[in-house]
Amino acid sequence: MVFDSFEQSVNSKLNHEEVQQMKQLQQLDVGVMKRPYVALMMNVIGRALQAASQVDSVIQNEVRRLPSGFMFDMRALPTGPAFVMQKKGETELEFIGSNAPRPVDVSLKFKHLNHAFLVLSFQEGTAQAFANDRLLVDGEIADTMKLVRCLNRMESLILPKIIAERALKRYPDLALLSKIAGGGRIYKQVVSNLILG
Amino acid sequence: MSKSFYEFFCPVKVVAGNAALEHIPHELRTLSAERPMVITDKGVHGAGLIDHLLGAFKESGMTIVDIYDDVPPDSSTQVVKDIASIYREKQCDSIIAVGGGSLIDTSKGVNILVSEDGNDLSEFSGVGVLKKPLKPFFVVPTTAGTGSEVTLVAVISDLEKGVKLPFTSYFLLPNAAILDPRMTLTLPPHITAMTAMDALTHAVEAFTGLAKNPISDAYAVSAIKKICENLIPVLNEPDNAEGRLELAQASTMAGIAFSNSMVGFVHSLGHSLGALCHLPHGLCMNLFLPYVLEYNLEQRGDVIGELLLPLAGADLYARTPAADRGRQAISTIRTMRDELYRRCKLPRTLSETGKVTKDQLAKLAEMALDDGSIIMNPVEVDLEDAKAVLEKAW
Repeated sequence: MVFDSFEQSVNSKLNHEEVQQMKQLQQLDVGVMKRPYVALMMNVIGRALQAASQVDSVIQNEVRRLPSGFMFDMRALPTGPAFVMQKKGETELEFIGSNAPRPVDVSLKFKHLNHAFLVLSFQEGTAQAFANDRLLVDGEIADTMKLVRCLNRMESLILPKIIAERALKRYPDLALLSKIAGGGRIYKQVVSNLILG
Repeated sequence: MSKSFYEFFCPVKVVAGNAALEHIPHELRTLSAERPMVITDKGVHGAGLIDHLLGAFKESGMTIVDIYDDVPPDSSTQVVKDIASIYREKQCDSIIAVGGGSLIDTSKGVNILVSEDGNDLSEFSGVGVLKKPLKPFFVVPTTAGTGSEVTLVAVISDLEKGVKLPFTSYFLLPNAAILDPRMTLTLPPHITAMTAMDALTHAVEAFTGLAKNPISDAYAVSAIKKICENLIPVLNEPDNAEGRLELAQASTMAGIAFSNSMVGFVHSLGHSLGALCHLPHGLCMNLFLPYVLEYNLEQRGDVIGELLLPLAGADLYARTPAADRGRQAISTIRTMRDELYRRCKLPRTLSETGKVTKDQLAKLAEMALDDGSIIMNPVEVDLEDAKAVLEKAW
């Protein structure tokens, strides 16, 4: 009887694990939509980062400490999608597009399109992607840390709390009004950038 | 909770124990090497440690072609270039590094230049730049702390350009790490304590960090147990060869753990303090370890609590309610630090170092946030958090 209940417990655990694994495998299946989704999200995130750097003082303080003309990209290996950004003026980041006009100073590279999908669909945070060896860095680490903080801050501003909490190690203490105001201005900028190009 | 994904890699052969040095000639031959160059420093040579190595080559039919013992504590690309030139001139075919962490990094740099037939080390700086295996490379650690004998990284200063060049490649991993108790037997008490706390921190941060995994956990737990069981006996009896070997193995195991699971906020603060105030790395680890664990405790208490078993043993672990084990683990580390302070005056706080001023804390906090290891800390850290931890460590 004890054995039976133990076995049932193991079976139930295995079944649960199998179900989880099946779910993960389904998520990792390179569906036809993943490449366009990642490409779209990279475009949106690049533009959102540009907009956030125009309105948020926390991001502006990070950008201020980046070298003048600093350029970085985020890409999925081996062939993209990718987005490129450059420091503009003292505190802003400018979305350049998907191709860099010169070798970038820092490159954040996902080893596979699926790894980019996990992060850009907010199932896995940036820090966890580093911890899981999915994200490689080429360039100055101190500058990379500033970029990671900019990305985290931007996510906390534009994403609903329930989603941002999955992507971030800690959801910052944002007053609802400042979140709505900041997030609203970023969304407005992103939409107008997408429409106007 | 099981880890959804991890990677683990360590191809370094560990040759450990009594008369381990005597295995080197055979190990070299298996890699078709016959003409080794020894790279070491004046301190190691002066302490007579190279004599053990020379003794090991007697009756082996192999001779050490050259002993370079002029590696300074603050090594540089120029030193690497000079050694590489001697290596070529003497037609060596392999390298044996005998020393601590900085010397091992210098030797990794030499191996890059002689294997790639290069002269400018900066050409090979970065991640994954090296594309082929290097010359046979053995490491004999003379401290029990850094774990550099099992890591794939090296950092070497370019004094002309005023920058530190990082190198990361699987090809930098030594072919073998030789752990012989004779090589750490003469280590003075305060360095024994400091380097052991370095190894302990490697293991603790690997176990509690964001990139922990089941295999590195096993190495980390064993390393912690060995350090806690052997550090005080070795300080009581410095000639305790068995205890010395246990500490050396613990250091290597902690090195294997953290090279696969990375380190966290203790290292972010420690790297910054080392760079700004020029304090030894092991001392920095000793300073910050309990304060960072306290910072992480609320979110990571269960994981920190698991460490009570290797830190304090089965009795205390069993007597402590599960909810209190994290705090008790930190308390055990504090007690250990108090004992090390009593015996060797190893500072426990920033103020006890006498080398840090309070107006440097803000700068230290800022530097810590830009250190790469901070991303692996399980709990987010912002500028105010870093300042608060530094205040507690003051």
